[in-house]
Amino acid sequence: MPAAVSERETRVWQGKVQSRALVAGDGPPLVFFHGATGLVWDPFLDRLAESFTVYAPEHPGTSPGLPDAIKPIDNLWDLVLSYYEVLDELGLESPAVVGHSFGGMVAAEVAASNPARVSQLVLIDPVGLWIDETPVKNWMITSPQALGPLLWADPEGPAAQLMAAPPADEETAIQAALRTTWSLACTGKFVWPIPDKGLKKRLHRIKAPTLLVWGEQDGLVPPVYAGLFSEALADAHVEMIAGAGHIPQAEQLDRTTEVVTAFLNERAGTV
Amino acid sequence: MKISMFHLMPHRELPDDFEKKYHSVWVDPPFHELATPERVGDYYNWTLDELKHAADLGFDGICVNEHHQNAYGFMPGPNVMGGALARATRGQDVALVQMGATLPTTNPPIRIAEEYAMLDCITGGRLVAGMPLGTAMDANVGYGITPIEQRERYYEAHDLILKAWQSREPFAFNGKYTQLPMVNLWPRPIQEPHPPVWVPGMGSLSTWEFAAKNEHCYCFLSYFGHARGKAVMDTFWEFLDERGAELNPYRAGFLQLVAVSETDAQAEKDYEKHIKYFFEKSLHIAPEFTPPGHQDYRSLENALKRRISPQDAVRRQTEDWTYKDYVENQFVISGGPATVRDQLEELIKSLRVGNLMLLLQIGSMPHELTMKNIEITARDVLPYVRDHWDDEWENRWWPKKLRGKRELPAGDAVAVAGGS
Repeated sequence: MPAAVSERETRVWQGKVQSRALVAGDGPPLVFFHGATGLVWDPFLDRLAESFTVYAPEHPGTSPGLPDAIKPIDNLWDLVLSYYEVLDELGLESPAVVGHSFGGMVAAEVAASNPARVSQLVLIDPVGLWIDETPVKNWMITSPQALGPLLWADPEGPAAQLMAAPPADEETAIQAALRTTWSLACTGKFVWPIPDKGLKKRLHRIKAPTLLVWGEQDGLVPPVYAGLFSEALADAHVEMIAGAGHIPQAEQLDRTTEVVTAFLNERAGTV
Repeated sequence: MKISMFHLMPHRELPDDFEKKYHSVWVDPPFHELATPERVGDYYNWTLDELKHAADLGFDGICVNEHHQNAYGFMPGPNVMGGALARATRGQDVALVQMGATLPTTNPPIRIAEEYAMLDCITGGRLVAGMPLGTAMDANVGYGITPIEQRERYYEAHDLILKAWQSREPFAFNGKYTQLPMVNLWPRPIQEPHPPVWVPGMGSLSTWEFAAKNEHCYCFLSYFGHARGKAVMDTFWEFLDERGAELNPYRAGFLQLVAVSETDAQAEKDYEKHIKYFFEKSLHIAPEFTPPGHQDYRSLENALKRRISPQDAVRRQTEDWTYKDYVENQFVISGGPATVRDQLEELIKSLRVGNLMLLLQIGSMPHELTMKNIEITARDVLPYVRDHWDDEWENRWWPKKLRGKRELPAGDAVAVAGGS
């Protein structure tokens, strides 16, 4: 059943960065960091909200009506520090943190810079590392046609079709295109032109038990990166998701929810 | 009126099926499949010869620009070309219009302040300092500049360059993108307080605001002719009028493709395939190489609401166009001298521009034909259109020593004209 989602406004960074967080559910706190195209409250977050109180903050500049919030955040260090202030505003001392893709990198950085602020960590197909032989594809300069096969195990499948479906009317379409494009612009500030900003030097600092969830057919961030992450982390476990590409929570909702909630329940309170 | 020749230095011999076989003319065309360094050497030398020819024949200025990783126009170092032209035109009354070195991709940006000052010294104060923002393909993809930071980098680099030219004392520069402990430029430009600054743009409001605030010349670089350019330039003049700015035509520039021959019929015969080559091959740019963030939020919103996607729209519209379509839609001004004169007159008046840049080497146009285009334009067109505005307005955006009317060389004595 879809959760009742409420909006929380956060104002951090000397009051200069206003943003929005979507909140729903019951249970222990869980923070979800969204990917590069912006936050969408999807069935995966509904499922998590059945067991947790889900807080999904939007990356600076990606909230509707607040495009300039990206301006005072100059670099990744600013972004990470500002997120501790967001956690403070939301009253979260040491929540479980789940991040997808770009949000996975943010989650890992937040957990590495101040390990005490993250109790458990789930990274779903995160960016943040780089292998010359199997580079992460630059999604910001890939055509929509070329992106499909990178994102999806089945580019013709229902999850891919749902996301590609044209919005109901023209105004909705314009707003959707504006939001997606600007979200890519804002998140791109921290990963352009190559999403390797030194996380490999910081991963060892993470104390939270970590689950890596990876779509077996992720063409954007190939599964070989799961190994690289788990080698660098002190306490990591990898779950490969069959029949999924870069967005396993959309393409294999049941299986992804199952492994994530099992990990969070099993490892709760281990820090 | 100041009329200059503009050159892109394109690849002139792309294969006939280029736009079908290759993904994009910019960013990822494979060099070794499409070119050889030796042949490219010919292109560079032809380009220099063509611009020198225009200088000899009485054009007011010669323009080069900067682009990277493409077959559309590849002068990655505009000041390398500018250096050769500065020397070649020693003693001539021709402006060196660098359109120019790209600010956000030159690090540290005082490199531009230095090189432009060098060019101003070598030319004896004949430099026009173009300050482009850079295309997304060049700056973001080719040079790795973060898209959302490109404009801010541009503003900061501009302030640094202007200060470096003018400050009498060494200064520390504490910018967000550039920090320098002591800036003390050697050499300084001859022109005081600094060479005229031209800001090329594609019609964005942010660029108008910047040019107006700093009293720079705004140049609308469009390949789609003055009929389409008029909507943009009308809005530009309205924008200046609302700010109470002087509506001096010399604070605006416009780029126009021109191909002139002995007669209208001969022009079609001479130029059709080169014009088609330009629009079909030279502008075959993959849209995804303009990443999100290159456009600021307001411009993006405006573009989405007005459903503007200039490249795509024009590409769709011009599919299967012939010479006649390009000429009738005024993307290109082409024909015999009388036709070209009339249309340039109309352009100058309707856009209210004082600085005109003519693209006379178009796409695959070979060297000999380009020289012919330059010659007929200089002889049969320029003398008839160059007197506009001069009795009413002063061109404060042109090197001081060249503001008077340039004497045209007499008769056929073209090769030695203006030599020192």
